[in-house]
Amino acid sequence: MFEALVVGVSAGGLRALTEILPKLPKGYPLAILIVQHRHRDSDNFLTEHLNELSSVCVKEAELREAILPAHVYIAPAGYHLLVERDKTLSLSIDPPVNFSIPSIDVLFQSAATCYKNRLVGLILTGANSDGSQGLKFVKDYGGFAIVQAPNTAEVDVMPRAAIDLVDVDKVVPLEELAAFLTQARFKQNSTVVREKLDE
Amino acid sequence: MLGMKLEDMQEFEIDLLLEAIYFRYGYDFRDYSKASLERRVLHRVQQSNLNSISEMVPRVMHDTEFFELFLRDMSVTVTEMFRDPKVFHKLRQEVFTQLKTYSRVNIWHAGCATGEEVYSMAIMLKEEGLLDRTRIYATDYNNHSLDIAKKGIYPVEKMKLYTESYIAAGGKASFADYYLAKFGSVKMAESLKEHITFANHNLMKDQPFAEMHLIVCRNVLIYFNAKLQDRVLTLFKDSLIARGFLLLGDKETLDFSEVKSYFETFNKKERIYRRLMHV
Repeated sequence: MFEALVVGVSAGGLRALTEILPKLPKGYPLAILIVQHRHRDSDNFLTEHLNELSSVCVKEAELREAILPAHVYIAPAGYHLLVERDKTLSLSIDPPVNFSIPSIDVLFQSAATCYKNRLVGLILTGANSDGSQGLKFVKDYGGFAIVQAPNTAEVDVMPRAAIDLVDVDKVVPLEELAAFLTQARFKQNSTVVREKLDE
Repeated sequence: MLGMKLEDMQEFEIDLLLEAIYFRYGYDFRDYSKASLERRVLHRVQQSNLNSISEMVPRVMHDTEFFELFLRDMSVTVTEMFRDPKVFHKLRQEVFTQLKTYSRVNIWHAGCATGEEVYSMAIMLKEEGLLDRTRIYATDYNNHSLDIAKKGIYPVEKMKLYTESYIAAGGKASFADYYLAKFGSVKMAESLKEHITFANHNLMKDQPFAEMHLIVCRNVLIYFNAKLQDRVLTLFKDSLIARGFLLLGDKETLDFSEVKSYFETFNKKERIYRRLMHV
């Protein structure tokens, strides 16, 4: 049984997230944690906008908050978001990783250590390579790795970097991602059939 | 499966390491949030060419220089002058007017790291005519950070950002008046330093050391679990005079703390709290 979905997204993120999150059903079984790269002085527009459109609860991640299913937690601007082993959220202002704070790698690595094979990692559009190492961690600890099909990404550098580094389980076009993420097989680990990416 | 087992061991190894450090040096990191701590420890494993966290245990136990490295890793924080200028602006506008009613003012910067915010505070106090009657106590448990803070020497490249933040924080003069530029570095003015006492203080175990009118502790509590947070906030409560102020980081709050009832919220958005008169 998968418990959590971690999402890394950078340039082009507003469109991508707006395409995915509103299509997820109420009571979606996974908790969703998102790092969207943005300037540290950014306001809360992204979170409020997505929450208005979605039936799952979209909120800014808070310190020591317990992680719940059907909730989307967005890393606050200027802070790394991490998952503690007791499934609560942590924030830090440690140095940037891949020039990024929040960093996707930081979230993915800590989530992988916590959720192990009950974690799904997803890399979306972006112009750098943050998240590739993190997605590798997700795989190394038994999780499921998804990447947005590069030709459907506003900026394809980040998905391509992830595909280059990681033995991903599934590459999915943007418009099919919401449907893929709500498929029954994401509720049952045992029924997951790994699909290899065609080289 | 191998990866998973190693991962479970890692949690145990970190506990071992923290126990060893507590036993040997009395520094208690056992109540730190583990996720960031684990990243830092793994970084050290890599930097020092070790094979595992366990290998850090004998090194830490027998090699005090290695322990200093660990301490340094643990206290690396990203700090800057006038970080979140709006907060400094609010302090200047609303808290300083209150501080002006006292003949002597004590301010404690707890967890001052490399001191950027301490100098920012001193600059603002000077511009508001408060610096001459103020003593700032800037403390950290890490001597390496304190040395940098004491010297007050920072890279010149940062001055552009700092100048912008200084202006956004309501700066009244020219930021360049407060430092001397030389050889790619800047040195903060002695007139600011005279009012600052840098000292080693460990929030994990040390006691209150003076009565404070304002305590600044930003982005330190985010690294602590609830138990250690309560310890530190109790220390602040006991150090503050009645009607004294407490400033936290913008993601930190008293809401879930034992000491909540001793404070009122002075400014919610900027995380400024005020010690109540009678509780």
